[in-house]
Amino acid sequence: MKLMRTIAGAGALIAVATASQAAMAAEDTIKVGVLHSLSGTMAISETTLKDTVLMMVDDLNKKGGLLGKKVEAVVVDPASNWPLFAEKARELLEKDKVAVVFGCWTSVSRKSVLPVFEQDNGLLFYPVQYEGEESSNNVFYTGAAPNQQAIPAVEYLMSKDGGEAKRWVLEGTDYVYPRTTNKILRAFLNSKGIADADILENYTPFGFSDWQTEVGKIKQFAAAGKKTAVVSTINGDANVPFYKELANQGIKASDIPVVAFSVGEEELAGIDTKNLVGHLAAWNYFESVKTPENDAFIKQWHAYVKNDKRTTNDPMEATYIGFKMWTQAVLQAGTTDVNAVRQALYGQKVKNLTGGEAVMNSNHHLSKPVMIGEIKPDGQFNVVWKTKSVIKADAWSPFIAEDKGKVADWTFPWACGNCTEPKFKAYQ
Amino acid sequence: MRSFATRFLLTDDRRFWRGFALAGALFLVAVPLLNLLPGEGSALHLPNYMIPLLGKYLCYALLALALDLVWGYAGVLSLGHGAFFALGGYAMGMYLMREIGTRGVYGNPLLPDFMVFLAWKDLPWYWTGFEHFPFAALMIVAAPSILALVFGWLAFRSRITGVYLSIITQVMTYALMLAFFRNEMGFGGNNGLTDFKDILGFDLASPATKLGLYVATVVALGLSLLLCRFVVASKLGRVMMAMRDAEGRVRFLGYSVTATKLFAFVLSAALAGLAGALYVPQVGIINPSEFSPANSIEVAIWVAVGGRGTLVGAILGALAVNAAKTWLTDAVPEAWLFFLGGLFIVVTILLPDGLMGLIKRLRQTKAAPEAAVEKKHA
Amino acid sequence: MKALRLVLVLASILCIRPADAWAADAPSGDFESAVKALNGDSYDDKIAAIEALGALADGRAAPVLQAMLDGHLAALPDQSLVISENGAYRDALTGAILNDVKADDLSDITINNRVRGVLDGVLGQLSLKSPDPDARRKAAQAMADRRTPGAAEVLRAMLAGETDASVRSTVEAALGTLDLLSPDRSRRLAAIAILAGSSDPNVKGQLERLQDGEKDPELRKAADKAIASITFRLTLINVGANLFQGLSLGSVLLLAAIGLAITFGVMGVINMAHGEMIMLGAYTAYVVQEAFVAWLPPTVIGLYLVVAVPIAFLATGLVGIALERGLIRFLYGRPLETLLSTWGISLILQQVVRSIFGAPNKEVANPAWMTGGVDMTGGFTLTWNRLVIILFCLAVLGILAAVLRYSRFGLQMRAVAQNRPMAAAMGIRTGRVDALTFGLGSGIAGIAGVALSQIGNVSPNLGQGYIVDSFMVVVFGGVGSLWGTLLGATSLGVVNKLLEPYAGAMLGKILVLVFIILFIQKRPRGLFALKGRSIEG
Repeated sequence: MKLMRTIAGAGALIAVATASQAAMAAEDTIKVGVLHSLSGTMAISETTLKDTVLMMVDDLNKKGGLLGKKVEAVVVDPASNWPLFAEKARELLEKDKVAVVFGCWTSVSRKSVLPVFEQDNGLLFYPVQYEGEESSNNVFYTGAAPNQQAIPAVEYLMSKDGGEAKRWVLEGTDYVYPRTTNKILRAFLNSKGIADADILENYTPFGFSDWQTEVGKIKQFAAAGKKTAVVSTINGDANVPFYKELANQGIKASDIPVVAFSVGEEELAGIDTKNLVGHLAAWNYFESVKTPENDAFIKQWHAYVKNDKRTTNDPMEATYIGFKMWTQAVLQAGTTDVNAVRQALYGQKVKNLTGGEAVMNSNHHLSKPVMIGEIKPDGQFNVVWKTKSVIKADAWSPFIAEDKGKVADWTFPWACGNCTEPKFKAYQ
Repeated sequence: MRSFATRFLLTDDRRFWRGFALAGALFLVAVPLLNLLPGEGSALHLPNYMIPLLGKYLCYALLALALDLVWGYAGVLSLGHGAFFALGGYAMGMYLMREIGTRGVYGNPLLPDFMVFLAWKDLPWYWTGFEHFPFAALMIVAAPSILALVFGWLAFRSRITGVYLSIITQVMTYALMLAFFRNEMGFGGNNGLTDFKDILGFDLASPATKLGLYVATVVALGLSLLLCRFVVASKLGRVMMAMRDAEGRVRFLGYSVTATKLFAFVLSAALAGLAGALYVPQVGIINPSEFSPANSIEVAIWVAVGGRGTLVGAILGALAVNAAKTWLTDAVPEAWLFFLGGLFIVVTILLPDGLMGLIKRLRQTKAAPEAAVEKKHA
Repeated sequence: MKALRLVLVLASILCIRPADAWAADAPSGDFESAVKALNGDSYDDKIAAIEALGALADGRAAPVLQAMLDGHLAALPDQSLVISENGAYRDALTGAILNDVKADDLSDITINNRVRGVLDGVLGQLSLKSPDPDARRKAAQAMADRRTPGAAEVLRAMLAGETDASVRSTVEAALGTLDLLSPDRSRRLAAIAILAGSSDPNVKGQLERLQDGEKDPELRKAADKAIASITFRLTLINVGANLFQGLSLGSVLLLAAIGLAITFGVMGVINMAHGEMIMLGAYTAYVVQEAFVAWLPPTVIGLYLVVAVPIAFLATGLVGIALERGLIRFLYGRPLETLLSTWGISLILQQVVRSIFGAPNKEVANPAWMTGGVDMTGGFTLTWNRLVIILFCLAVLGILAAVLRYSRFGLQMRAVAQNRPMAAAMGIRTGRVDALTFGLGSGIAGIAGVALSQIGNVSPNLGQGYIVDSFMVVVFGGVGSLWGTLLGATSLGVVNKLLEPYAGAMLGKILVLVFIILFIQKRPRGLFALKGRSIEG
């Protein structure tokens, strides 16, 4: 008898899954998956992006939906747990049959879901700046690649306006994004004649909170008399204690500027910025840029979250661009079929919130403008430098020896993300 | 003196054997058949994504079983069992990484991608041999066992008990987590090991391989359960339980508490390593966060939810909590922690002996009428 | 043009005038055009304008430049400049209050770090004659740092008239660094002699660079000696700095662990929700801060932290009492069940806070009196927030020890912990004592949260970061011993910080963890083991 109960219990799970699947297939909506952590360590950053997607879906439905159907967001919580990301991705694609997924923040979460998207031929829009070295046929990368963020930032600091830095501290959290970025930057700095003795590379663990020694080390390194700049690839949680220590130890931006690639308006909202004025960040978007599109976006955001104090940031714009591009591609293709949408995405254009147009390239990365901002006392950024035009993202960096000759181009005749000669060479 | 056979195979506990057979039939026969036979659209069809999911639960169940052996029977609450699980997983992951061969991003036949990228010239010495499955299989069990042996020998010899032991096991897994996060360690840092292609020549992406791995997990769990039952039913098992209840007396009676504990701990670590090894190819990634103390605490919670010191309870607990987690993170993504947290509180207050205790109580209250029914049929 | 500017700088600064003469005006036209030029198209134009203003040595320039530095300078559509101050506007040229300015019409005068550096320097120069010795010292330093052409002559002249000893030594050192670059060999030699007494890493760097280009053997030898003596002093200072940083880390660990030393150490509850109590305390600080901003005048904002401490103690203490009465009291004698249910509580509390305050970090600002630090010798900065936390932590520990030792409640608490049935037999209401004890532990965790909000994140995950460390400290120190916790936390902090410069942050921490595991082998009950039979139970 008891055993029957056990079986029934285990079977119930299967039954629920099957039943809900059947029920959902009956509804006539287009499903959009949202795969962002709502709990755990990454919830700090990712919940905002979940809200952004929901806002966009809401907006799209107000405009009448897509292809005559309502759009429905399927939100799941992968809880900052990497295997759970893969599991949830599979669930979204196979059980919920979503047309597209917006999600992931950390590199490891993207790496974890990548095989799932490739096996199931799904579509993922990844909205965060990352280390490059990847181009999957099933992922569209709407965040910055290193050449859209790190290199321009360093070039700026080497320029007259940036203070002509001659000595560099590369301070990062110990994971793949900082390691890659710093590898590229070291090669770039070397090519500009900076000796290795003038570069200090240092890594700290995730969530590192006691920065006294590290900040002291930076001060000492800077004491050699050459103008020193710090490039920070410190991730998430560790930034608040880092900047607090920086401010309290009296490191002024005019003496030792710190440029960060993972610190935006949202992160600054958790810090008192009065003593950090002048430190920098490089992004493709700043909330303080005044354009009609950006004003409308900020207004829409405030209305959606019912809070006028919430900031916007770069990954939100990347989500916005990704969502718009997908919408346009679906309209153009007349279907949500992944293969058709993918083809329609190439060359798709969306107006940036900060002016100009973002273009989806055949390497699945965007062309976007790059901006350098200095921190203002109110927690916003003052844009001090901007590229003249958009910069095309490199999936493979010319500054990494192993990447030599690698091409990412998903259109004929190449049709691959990582190869040295076209796949369809014979047909040329 | 009962014979081996009576003790182990033909025990009086018919209820267990009936359950074991039925569960075996369900997981080993029904699940694969439901996956393979009915067509896609059929209501009875078990979709493909459920297979690795069930496989994952069963790996967790094996881990919980391993913990129940040391905690429920030897009285050693390890809050660092995730470390053994992760070590087994890493051993498997290293084999799978070597299997990739030249199909990696940088196409290096010897070095995994992350090593090429960090400009390593040679494979570190501790990676040698992992291209051979038998060696990797040995290491899956050996690596966690050796860690357990060294750590356990140090700890049990010094008579570290109770909370102190729990905390230092936690310190151990925490230290390992930090170590594996370091990119210089040569285990891929935060990204861990991922992007596996195949196992023993079978394509990991194909549903057939997944089903095979699932079946292997069911078999491993079943055999491990029998092994654990055998151990706890043996004389050694009696000593373990006596030690759990009154360590000082057992010591005075002349038994070696250190050796007994060490045996249970090492066996448990080996089983945990096996669970980790089966887990990795099914979820497709192993990363240092598996070492995080919170993960190990969760394992203890599965055991407590199922009912400590019952073996079967540990398995039930792991399955129940994880199934609930999967369902809740999907159904109520923004409130699931309330439900999960509430579950733990309710279980401790209302079900001190876990699910097994509940089943027992239900059985006792129902025992009388049921007995009558059975008599009638007879 | 450049030469002219230089002459102007020199003329203005060398010209000895009484302090009040700073109000004297330069020709009005020059000042006006220079101020207008602050709104130049490029940063180069702005810098030229700033330097021209500095050269005028006009008393009216300082407030304008200061406003520019603070980001308070803006341009009206007619290109005239205004200074904004708390919502009011003044004409930058005349200082007259303007009433009809609309915020929307203004365009900010943006500056970047280069402009900021020049502004700092020029403002410094303008205060070279300030009556405040501190300002004079900073001004001299600024001149040397910027290597303004002719700065050496200006400083020499300043030195002649300077009477304040501390200013004199700064000026001498500043002159020394400038003289190192002098073409005159004897000057260089004299400069090395002066600088040998310094313990500034910047000076060391300058000496090292001098050596790279220097051919004169006598000079090289002198520089060698100077470098060696500076290096020696710097090493000493570094050890001192590491010790301080270790104490500071120790105090953070201690604060995080004291509450646990009570709930876990005294009561035996494996309190996994301890971290969340810390988190609740930090959020209390945030709420109090927001209340101050909303309802109280900005002058008292600095006091919010002082107010937050008792409020956090009460709030988290009450939460603790509620938990004890509602849940934990059913679980006494089953420590592992407490682990399970407090883990559940911790998940729920995190999600409650996430639902109320949202997942992103909240800003809890350091009050002014905890911001910044004193620059000690050798490039080491003693930061106020760290210092305050060390003292605060000791105060909390002292008060707690006194309560346990001398108060009636403390006596009852110890009695219940040592022998519950006997205590009950003596008429102690053990249930009430249990509730209050758990409340006390939680309350202390709450005030720890207030302190920790000053150095780290305030987010729903805050508590998770401290939980493993807290348990480690309590176990390392010896469960049930407050002094063990103190010594454990301090020694772990210091060892960690002494290792960090050599092993790196990650490896340093791993080594500390391994050390703890090995240490527990030697002393299975921690540093301060309780003796007696009861502990075996």
